[in-house]
Amino acid sequence: MNEKILLKNGRLIDPSSKRDEIVDMLIVDGNIATIKAKIPESNEYKTVDLTNKIIAPGFIDIHVHLREPGYEHKETIETGTRSAAYGGFTAVCCMPNTNPAIDDESIVTFIMTQGKKAHGGIVDVFPIASVSKSREGKTLAPIAELVHAGAVGLSDDGAPVSDANLMRRALEYANMYNVPVMQHCEIPELAHGGVMNEGKVSTELGLPGIPGVAEEIMIARDLLLSDYTNSRYHVCHMSTAGSVDLVREGKKKGIKVTCEVTPHHFTVTEEVVRSYDTNTKMNPPLRTQKDVDAIKEGLKDGTIDVIATDHAPHSLDEKEVDYIQAPFGIVGLETAIGLSITELVEKKILTMHQLVEKFSVNPRKIIGKEVRIAEGEPANLTFIDPNIEWNVEISKFNSKSKNSPFNGRTLKGKAVGICNNGKMLLY
Amino acid sequence: MALTSRHLLRLQGMPSDDIRQILDAAISFKEILNRPIKKVPTLQGKTIVNLFFENSTRTRTSFELAERRLSADVLSFAASSSSVTKGETLKDTARNIEAMKIDMVVIRHNAAGTSDFLSKVINANIINAGDGQHEHPTQGLLDMYTLREKFGKLEGLHVCIVGDVLHSRVARSNIFGLQTMGAKVSVCGPATLIPRDIDKLGVDVYHHIDDILPKVDALNVLRIQMERQAGGFFPSLREFHRYFGVTKERLDKVNKPITILHPGPINRDVELSADVADGPHSVILEQVLNGVAIRMAVLYLLGATE
Repeated sequence: MNEKILLKNGRLIDPSSKRDEIVDMLIVDGNIATIKAKIPESNEYKTVDLTNKIIAPGFIDIHVHLREPGYEHKETIETGTRSAAYGGFTAVCCMPNTNPAIDDESIVTFIMTQGKKAHGGIVDVFPIASVSKSREGKTLAPIAELVHAGAVGLSDDGAPVSDANLMRRALEYANMYNVPVMQHCEIPELAHGGVMNEGKVSTELGLPGIPGVAEEIMIARDLLLSDYTNSRYHVCHMSTAGSVDLVREGKKKGIKVTCEVTPHHFTVTEEVVRSYDTNTKMNPPLRTQKDVDAIKEGLKDGTIDVIATDHAPHSLDEKEVDYIQAPFGIVGLETAIGLSITELVEKKILTMHQLVEKFSVNPRKIIGKEVRIAEGEPANLTFIDPNIEWNVEISKFNSKSKNSPFNGRTLKGKAVGICNNGKMLLY
Repeated sequence: MALTSRHLLRLQGMPSDDIRQILDAAISFKEILNRPIKKVPTLQGKTIVNLFFENSTRTRTSFELAERRLSADVLSFAASSSSVTKGETLKDTARNIEAMKIDMVVIRHNAAGTSDFLSKVINANIINAGDGQHEHPTQGLLDMYTLREKFGKLEGLHVCIVGDVLHSRVARSNIFGLQTMGAKVSVCGPATLIPRDIDKLGVDVYHHIDDILPKVDALNVLRIQMERQAGGFFPSLREFHRYFGVTKERLDKVNKPITILHPGPINRDVELSADVADGPHSVILEQVLNGVAIRMAVLYLLGATE
């Protein structure tokens, strides 16, 4: 980006510096040169009109599955980062349930290299390495090496760290390098064979259920371990009212816990499973209205720090099978901002300012990749039109996979561009 | 008159008029089954495929017999002999059937929702012959037919479903169908085999069989799958029989006859003692004959919705 770009009339929302004002911003060679109320236009600049649009610190999704290496028919780092870029994200954290798992520094390096090659590196790819070797939950992965190679967190995502002693050691070990252990919370024996939330609807549909306590028991255990070891612990994609309560109490006690929720868990309930549409199958499963309400309350009162998508691409063939056989997961990068503005900002659960915190400030703090919006800093920005109404069309997704239950849904608000690493993408 | 849907996927949400229509039509078909010549030309020229992805002798035979009695051209295939084992997806299988211009498909599958799925991807009439642990609507209908024949009505009856309700599609179809027709349904079984929140469907839950016997007109005793013991749902078949088995001794303590239904096949002296299965209040063999009549009625009425 050897050029000068003048962003005109954008609403700068930067929770870190507590700014919320209409500004002009001049970006020169990928860095923020000037932020002022008015910067006169000039032939030297390429001018972008951002009237009624928001300029925010670059959004990050700390829970995505890029599927590479190993499952390139579902997604690649190239297609996954394109999906992220068009979804409004300047960074993603990719989960280690690849094949091989991200349990060796060579794989961390490979992923980061692929990330830098894709689309000129406009989307930062920060790997989350596995807690245990091959994600088998038996022995610790080489955590120090993984972190020094670039891993920003540790998780056996999809395969919870079930052994309490291994979890304790992982927390203690990870703490030396100040990275969080990010847990997919689920007691495997309780979730065994389940495909949807356990309750009235699963009983009616005859589908095996996953009880909410399967998630809550593991959170409760891990909170105690986190407290005991004084280590950082992050709850992935929390889905129940009970989980929100546990984390809220944990935070009150001073436990170093953070947590995330997905847009689908605050947008829809288990009722949509009645269609037997396999795009309603994800883990944790969609829960009840009571859980949705509790998640919204948790977002509002700050218990829930982060919105992350759990972007989980699967090919059409893999999803076009019966409900029990179908794999868990949906894609999320390109609907996340729209769903969040529609369900949270429009419904007065969150202010736009708080939304920016959950998509940028808080998740970046958790993995230590904060951005600053100030003169002289690299421009790492997400541009949002909060008022545009649009229809989700899965056929237009940039992701290689189209497994979304939101096809045809009308949403309000979406990203209109991003800027990062000296590249600007306006769409 | 025609049914409101061109498929039979579930009894949940089926209007009472539709159920009544099927039960009424089955009366005439049962009459045909008692004639010396048991074949009618109703579905001549129609082609029906029986797609059985799960082992079944009873239901498949019953459907085949019903189809042949109605003079339909019948094609049956079981999962082991089909291309399913070669990795073909259900959708591919369905599209192949569609390409062969089949009129009706009877499907049995071990996953809930497969008949719904099929109804969305192909044009033929779909009849659910049991989808996983979801529903088995023709079984529910034949149970209701049998009860109505015995009691003259369904409204006001109290039926208790006994045993492994958790894994039972028969239980679900009976609950939805009977409730629609104004009967009261209770369930009785070990807590580990009662699905979560079933009380929210308006079903009373019992864990002691002697508590429910005096209150009911009929028991629908479910087959206990032997592998459930290995799955840890109950400690032993002996204990199950002792505390949940329907025995003559138990029934004799109640001062009224209780009609006994069972979807078959029976594990004698596990969920049902032999003397009760073969006793005077058992309608188990009547259910088998009624099953053919009900399936003829369903095939006839769905064929007529075209």
